[in-house]
Amino acid sequence: MNNTQPGTMRRMDVFRFARAAATAYPLRTLLSILAMAIGVASVVLLTALGDGARRYVVAQFSSLGSHLVIVLPGRSATGGFNPANGMTTTPRDLTVDDAAALLRAPAIQRVAPLIVGTSEISANGRVREVVAVGSTASFMPIRNYELAQGKFLPDEDWRGSSPVAVIGTTIQKDIFANQAAVGKLIRLGDRRLRVIGVLKSTGQGMGMNTDELVIVPVGLAQALFDSNNLFRIMIQARGRDQIEAAKTQVTAIIKVRHGGEEDVTVITQDAVLATFDKLLGALTAAVAGIAAISLLVAGVLVMNVMLVAVTQRRAEIGLMKALGARGNTLRQIFLTEAAMLSLAGAVAGYLLGQLGAWGLRWAFPVFPAYAPAWAVVAALATALATGLVFGLLPAQRAARLDPVDALMRH
Amino acid sequence: MALISLAGIERVFHLGESSVHALARIDLQIEAGEYVAVVGPSGSGKSTLLNLLGLLDQPTSGTYHLEGRDVTTLSPDEQAAVRSRRIGFVFQSFHLVPRLTAAENIALPMMLAGMPASVRERRVQQALRNFGLDSRGHHRPDELSGGQRQRVAIARATIMQPAALLADEPTGNLDRATGDEVIHLLEGLNASGVTLIIVTHDAKLAARARRQITMEDGRVKADSVQAGADNPPQMPVQGGATDE
Repeated sequence: MNNTQPGTMRRMDVFRFARAAATAYPLRTLLSILAMAIGVASVVLLTALGDGARRYVVAQFSSLGSHLVIVLPGRSATGGFNPANGMTTTPRDLTVDDAAALLRAPAIQRVAPLIVGTSEISANGRVREVVAVGSTASFMPIRNYELAQGKFLPDEDWRGSSPVAVIGTTIQKDIFANQAAVGKLIRLGDRRLRVIGVLKSTGQGMGMNTDELVIVPVGLAQALFDSNNLFRIMIQARGRDQIEAAKTQVTAIIKVRHGGEEDVTVITQDAVLATFDKLLGALTAAVAGIAAISLLVAGVLVMNVMLVAVTQRRAEIGLMKALGARGNTLRQIFLTEAAMLSLAGAVAGYLLGQLGAWGLRWAFPVFPAYAPAWAVVAALATALATGLVFGLLPAQRAARLDPVDALMRH
Repeated sequence: MALISLAGIERVFHLGESSVHALARIDLQIEAGEYVAVVGPSGSGKSTLLNLLGLLDQPTSGTYHLEGRDVTTLSPDEQAAVRSRRIGFVFQSFHLVPRLTAAENIALPMMLAGMPASVRERRVQQALRNFGLDSRGHHRPDELSGGQRQRVAIARATIMQPAALLADEPTGNLDRATGDEVIHLLEGLNASGVTLIIVTHDAKLAARARRQITMEDGRVKADSVQAGADNPPQMPVQGGATDE
């Protein structure tokens, strides 16, 4: 396998000779490297975008809480996650009592009923529209919320309606500017409430932006909106392995309470996550496939460049044959040159792509634009493979050149 | 045993419908150490003969024995090996690789033969000294004069210590003085034992050879040996002479 065979050019010499040949035509070499680099860079960058989107969505879903099971009023036809879920009419309302009943389920750790509506907040001489959420003390641990100041809703009877509110940071800024909000009185609709806590800023996330929320006890929200209908019931299962059990138990309990009718939709965070994961994973692969076309184009370009090289170097090829070069040696030289162009292009493209991904992360810090390892490996391998495959024809042509003809053309 | 022995060699080129007999029934013996000039008008087949002798071309029929071995039946790789070890080429247009230095050009046949770099280096240094190119080793062909380029080409042709040196109009691209110098160099190599075969249509140059083969229409028209011919001078460049 090494250079023991006499009369065969040494591998290191083939490498050096091919390198010298490539650098002797800098423009030609640079252009083919560039083409390959653009191909690889687009694969790296586009998969970084696709996979970044996947990671972003997954992270957002994970930040909703852990072991989450969500109950929506209304039955969706497919039973899966469906945007239409939010719009279906409710045959029978979900109530706070339904939520309370779920606490009996063994697989369930925490339950938080959720009522959502818009209202007007006024205090400190300022007024603004807000989204008000009625819930319970469990809401915070279920959703992994953190407080900037004060405390969350008191752990009281769900029918209770302490005149208290927890507000988001944007609300605090809008209403109280730089003053402390905790302990201040606000007016929400027709109620006077005391601010007992301010949520830590979470930034723009999927679903509700907590920075612009006012959270009040669920009983108070029911009175405020004059409605018993729950928007959601958020449930935390006892563990990851309990999620499916929790789902089954929730469905069973609600069915009994709703007169044997299964008129709610129960979705689990895992199922939604898996769906998005699959969806965006497929998207990334598709995008990688599209980008790979540019690799193919680059391969064709490398072939062209090498064909031109063979034509340009006819006399040299003839000479090498006269000097005793075998066809195989010439084939190796031209294949090595093609591989070098491809490899240099692939490495340059890899760096370019990573730089682009870094630029994306720098410009959008919340967006985790990292090219997945499989895409990087595939791009580099494809670049090298295309270079070699498309280098074969020119190398073959060089090896088969008639030496007399090649020398005479000089 | 003759170095080169051709028997009934024919070379036919097919150009569309017509076929051209570039070589017709050539029988030729060349002994080791001979100094042969092949002359004749253009199209007489002298270049085809040289290509055939150098195994760059295959005869349509006939046999070619080189050092007693039938080389017409060899595989392309085996023929490449014979070219590598036994035959040196000198071309009219030098055929140096422009991006390689003089030293690298001289080393090229050794590199293609897979010889280790240390051996190559030693032999190239020796060759540069022998051919008066000591200070030119790191220059590229475009930085060399015509005479220097041809000396590099001759150094390259002889670096593998071939049995035969085939030169196709070696002085064709050189002025008179430089051409003479190159011829003296080739004759010096011949004096040291290398068989020298020169193709030329320069009668004066041909007259220097001990044996002249005159070609016409693909046949050997005349084959004459000059008795008591000149005594070729010893290696003229040994003293480090340069042409500028």
